[in-house]
Amino acid sequence: MKDRFNLYRFASPVTFYPLAGALIPWFVALSVVFGLAGLYLGMLVAPTDFQQGEGYRIIFIHVPASWMSMFIYLVMAGWAAIGLAFNTRLSGMMAHALAPTGALMAFLSLWTGALWGKPMWGAWWVWDARLTSELILLFLYIGYMALTAAIDDTKRADKAGGLLLLVGVVNVPIIYFSVKWWNTLHQGSSVNLTKSSMAQTMLWGMLLMAMCFWMYSIAVALMRARTIMLERERNTDWVKAVLAENSEGAAK
Amino acid sequence: MIYWNSFSDFLAMGGYGFYVWGSFGVTALIMAIEPIVVIRNRKSTIALLKRQLRADGRAENRNAAE
Amino acid sequence: MLKIITSVIGRDLKLAMRRQADIVSAVFFFVIVVSLFPLGIGPEPDLLRKLAPGVLWVAALLATMLSLPRLFADDHRDGTLEQLALAPHPLGLVVTGKVIAHWLVSGLPLALIAPVLGIQFDLSTDALIVLTGAILLGTPALSGIGAIGAALTLGLRGGGVLLSLLVLPLYIPVLIFGAGAVDATVSGLGGEGHLSLLAAITFASLGFAPWASAAALKIALE
Repeated sequence: MKDRFNLYRFASPVTFYPLAGALIPWFVALSVVFGLAGLYLGMLVAPTDFQQGEGYRIIFIHVPASWMSMFIYLVMAGWAAIGLAFNTRLSGMMAHALAPTGALMAFLSLWTGALWGKPMWGAWWVWDARLTSELILLFLYIGYMALTAAIDDTKRADKAGGLLLLVGVVNVPIIYFSVKWWNTLHQGSSVNLTKSSMAQTMLWGMLLMAMCFWMYSIAVALMRARTIMLERERNTDWVKAVLAENSEGAAK
Repeated sequence: MIYWNSFSDFLAMGGYGFYVWGSFGVTALIMAIEPIVVIRNRKSTIALLKRQLRADGRAENRNAAE
Repeated sequence: MLKIITSVIGRDLKLAMRRQADIVSAVFFFVIVVSLFPLGIGPEPDLLRKLAPGVLWVAALLATMLSLPRLFADDHRDGTLEQLALAPHPLGLVVTGKVIAHWLVSGLPLALIAPVLGIQFDLSTDALIVLTGAILLGTPALSGIGAIGAALTLGLRGGGVLLSLLVLPLYIPVLIFGAGAVDATVSGLGGEGHLSLLAAITFASLGFAPWASAAALKIALE
């Protein structure tokens, strides 16, 4: 009973709003710290890769961006499942707040992949299973955002978007494997990423950059979620109190 | 500790400068622009909500006066 | 259970027969899109034979999309859908019936006309048979997945474009295995593997999609 109470307490915007507000500076700070450490290790200390030369350094943003693009989609689907099962207001807001960041991560993954592919494979784009799946993931993000933007009623938008996310999550592995299989049949364009054993510093640099991207995404998503909360709950007392406090702060 | 001999080596990235800095540049740009857009959006939303709140308050006062 | 499905199919088919022009124009859309490709690419038989599976399948995806916005919209407008949602039998069964009816009027005609179009692309008899089989096997999955999109976008402005944005990425596995079956036959590898995967996708989506669409319809009707 007590657990239940707590869950609902944190799932309610009234408690989540100030909590998120207090946490955002920490996530920003962590993101900067991890980012600086990761860039220091990755760009300044790490030695060159004997096969790819200095071009491999794109990995320090390419891999974190790809990870985040997939991870954010999973988190959104998780929120969607909670939202559809327990009918919580917060889930839709969080999924909504995460989507643009996820789409940007997918775009960055494709962009850096293209810039990495050109010098290494000789082509900006190849129809490799991973690249193609990432492109489709970007389409899925765009579909989610287009659907929720087209529905005026926020409750329906949350639920319909959530259902789409769940359908997408079921489909992503199917799409990935079918594209992979398709790719092995068309050997002409297939590409082998050289799996050279990574030096310790490279690995640490990459993990630190991944942490930086992670903290960044949380910070931006929380900021967006706070705005969405104010917008959606504009008629409640707590939002009015927040706004009144905000005016006093500005007057000083 | 530092791998590079000179700053120009660092910029050249062994001939891959365009690709490496193209990736990092766009990433940095997006990571700078996205928070700015989010913060701006937040400020304009708060301003809008405040205006609505004040308008509601005035309407209530008028009703009370009548 | 079966009775609900068959009665829904019967009803939807009767309604579709009153709008035969819609079925015919979807088929002609398919024919025209496929016929435009050689004009854009050139008449070399080798090239056309290579492109045929992909061209025919992409055109089939687009042609089945045309009638999707109408799948629930008419019933929604006259209030039938709300009654069906309130009825004691599960809405998923009703949607299953509607999906099958949609396939009968959109997927089946494409499968019948596809061999004729395949001849334009100089496909062999074997390849034509596999093409017909693949379209027969794959289009039910398109109707099923499409129903989810149609239910999600029910009554929204710009629903048609939005629907294609949502549904087309999910069609990719069907496209890959459907075109792959014909492609493998053309190159002499045999398309059985592709066809069985296509059948698996179709059965999975026919089992799963109607219930997801029913959930989406309930959200839309709330």
